[in-house]
Amino acid sequence: MSTDAAVMLRRNFKHTLRNPITVFNAIFMPIIMMVMFVYVFGDAFNVGGGDYIDYATPGMIMLAISYGLSATAVSVSSDMTKGIINRFKVMDVSRGAVLTGHVVSTMVRVTVAVAAVIGVAFLFGFSPEASFTQWLAAAGVLLLVIFAVSWLTVALGLAAKTVESAGMATVPLIMLPFFSSAIVPADKMGPGIREFAHYQPFTSIIESVRGFLLGAPNTGQTLAAIAWSLAIAVLGYAWARAKFGKRA
Amino acid sequence: MTSSVITASGLKKSYKDKVVLDGIDLDVQAGSIFSLLGPNGAGKTTTVNLLTTLLAMDGGTARVAGYDVATETKGVRSAIGVTGQFASVDELLTGRENLQLMADLHHLKGDEGRAVVDRLLKRFELVESADKASSTYSGGMRRKLDLAMTLVGRPQIIFLDEPTTGLDPRSRRTMWTIVRELVADGMTIFLTTQYLDEADQLADRIAVLDQGRIVAEGTPEQLKRQIPGGHVRLRFADATQLAAALRVLPESTSDEERLVLRVPSDGGTKSLRALLDRLDEYVVDVEEFTVHMPDLDDVFLALTGHSSDSTNSIDSQTEVTTK
Repeated sequence: MSTDAAVMLRRNFKHTLRNPITVFNAIFMPIIMMVMFVYVFGDAFNVGGGDYIDYATPGMIMLAISYGLSATAVSVSSDMTKGIINRFKVMDVSRGAVLTGHVVSTMVRVTVAVAAVIGVAFLFGFSPEASFTQWLAAAGVLLLVIFAVSWLTVALGLAAKTVESAGMATVPLIMLPFFSSAIVPADKMGPGIREFAHYQPFTSIIESVRGFLLGAPNTGQTLAAIAWSLAIAVLGYAWARAKFGKRA
Repeated sequence: MTSSVITASGLKKSYKDKVVLDGIDLDVQAGSIFSLLGPNGAGKTTTVNLLTTLLAMDGGTARVAGYDVATETKGVRSAIGVTGQFASVDELLTGRENLQLMADLHHLKGDEGRAVVDRLLKRFELVESADKASSTYSGGMRRKLDLAMTLVGRPQIIFLDEPTTGLDPRSRRTMWTIVRELVADGMTIFLTTQYLDEADQLADRIAVLDQGRIVAEGTPEQLKRQIPGGHVRLRFADATQLAAALRVLPESTSDEERLVLRVPSDGGTKSLRALLDRLDEYVVDVEEFTVHMPDLDDVFLALTGHSSDSTNSIDSQTEVTTK
């Protein structure tokens, strides 16, 4: 990573720590959702054998990833709409540094959120059967996903005309886990939604991670998850670079 | 012997079918203050954006600090600093952190960077608020921080895009003083403003921009000389006095309703003394006496046929009121 990107990264970290709403949305909101779904509603869900916490944790990880994104879109958008981006440009800061700074700080923030959610899951009795290698595989899939959606979110932030609309732009990403197998299996959903849930990217990602954590890797879903992530990453990256070139 | 640090010829820029700049030429001498004067929407910011490599021009050529703006952007960027119309400070960072961010991006090493930051905080009287978030700063402080951030890289040429828009009169004066100091330090300033008095106060040369064209260029004095209109305005207590004065000064025009007499004048001390002596000689009592020199607002009106629309233009007439 270039020096400029490191400077930008440091700037973004300061922003995150100084904005309590960001920390709340990214770290505490997923934990609150976890408590709601597992502790409050959990007994009402029948996920076909096993503890609900074991079923739900991969879904909650996905929620934690989604919730961590809106702050990035907002902060990218406010960089673009306030004068600061022009300052960076006339200073000849390397073009990608601003975006790289946002992507890396998002990845770090989201990874912390995911770790927090996994920690809380253990408190609720999460008992994964994964071997060490399977944990590594799950972590690898998750990092790839986080990388991909971070670029997509940066692009959404760049594409938004105002800071407010940037905040709204990530709402679909927050809603998608609910229409996936995160909370309940897709088979139990109504017609229409069921098919959608089956084929949308988050289901593959969740099923892949679920497979690894429960010690029963699902190769098909893992390949699908990797393919989706690569596609999202390429799309997000290309879109972000194009938008950045045009706006700045 | 002076040399040009900014030259442009035939700069053109359109957004869709709207022509914003319609072929403008510029020539800015090293170590001077050049002011681009014009109302909102004249194309001032677009000109700055073209010259600072933020926008690509549709036509024309420009060189800044010897580098071609279109092909040598890196060279241009290394020589310039830009402070835009909207303060581009990072609001979540403190004043000190903002400056440090600039020092880091300019690759100033630890101690050197800190020394530059401290010096600028002191120079711009921001030491007390240095460790407060810049979002808590007043408009004037924010503008000062913005300019200080621009100076971290020690640019040769500084572009100031409407540096005092929205500032209170006191902050404006502070900003003017700072701008003069920068030039004294050997920097070249390219200033855009919609305030006529600001260009008059600061600039060595002024180019008047209107609807994407430069309609006049010269020193403030040259511009003012382009139009007549200097006069002395005399107000009287009653119609008898006015009539008496009109007899003494037949070259003047009177406004009987407002009891006012307009006497053409070049505003020089000699002619003013002669005028007052004459009134004294004929024992005419003057209520109020004002000298009106043509200001840039008059220039604008004369050059473009419409007023500058600048609501805040401060009339530069000199008032001398007798009892």
